[in-house]
Amino acid sequence: MIGLEHYITVSSLLFAIGFFGVLLRKNTLVIYMCLELMLNAANLGLIAFSRYHGGMGGNLFVFFIITVAAAEVAVGLAIIVALFRKRQTVEVEELNALRN
Amino acid sequence: MTDIFFYIFSIAALAGAFGVVFSRNTVNGAMFLIGTFLSMASLFVLLEAYFLAVIQVLVYAGAVMVLFLFIIMLLDVKESAARKTSLYTWAASVIGFGILIVGVVAINSADSIREKAASLPEATGVSLKSFGYELFTTYLLPMQVTGFLLLIAMIGVIALSKKAKAD
Repeated sequence: MIGLEHYITVSSLLFAIGFFGVLLRKNTLVIYMCLELMLNAANLGLIAFSRYHGGMGGNLFVFFIITVAAAEVAVGLAIIVALFRKRQTVEVEELNALRN
Repeated sequence: MTDIFFYIFSIAALAGAFGVVFSRNTVNGAMFLIGTFLSMASLFVLLEAYFLAVIQVLVYAGAVMVLFLFIIMLLDVKESAARKTSLYTWAASVIGFGILIVGVVAINSADSIREKAASLPEATGVSLKSFGYELFTTYLLPMQVTGFLLLIAMIGVIALSKKAKAD
């Protein structure tokens, strides 16, 4: 029988993998995709809690999260494009203009 | 029967997530991410959140990933195979991953979750009608603020993508 803890396990594993990717990869676009993965993992956890709680507050919260995530992706990708136009790279190691 | 589906889709989601992290080619990574999002939409269906499953496919697997692929192909990023990931980065990532896994184990060994999981309540009308009702009564202010946020995001993207005149 699949219970709440199974969904929470999958959700937290997905979050952990997304976090792993953010730390490991150097490409800004891949880091951004991993961030999206973490957001989605949180959504899965919220829906599971909402289902087992019996209300629909969690579902509405996920609805708002998806809206905000869509806006955030549009703005973030525009920033990455502007960055690429200026520096010709999307590798985080070469984006060290604030270092000195 | 739903148990089998749960295992199929969660394994597909986890495999896709690992594919995103480890694929050398960014386009392949985006494809893996689409697979993960679709598997998660199936998990939403198993949790009887049908409307959110549709939204997940339309907004995430559709709009967001098309935007991602568009930008990846527009930038035409050089293959970063030559760049070696340093040992420090690997160690830090694996330690961070391990700490989160410890957190998962700790959460799942809590008694309160098992008690809660034992009793599955009736699915409380997560229909489109009740969604709309809640959005326009209890959550009216967040709804308006979200609409305003979308407007701000649109203006921001236009301002960011415009060519700067100074240089």
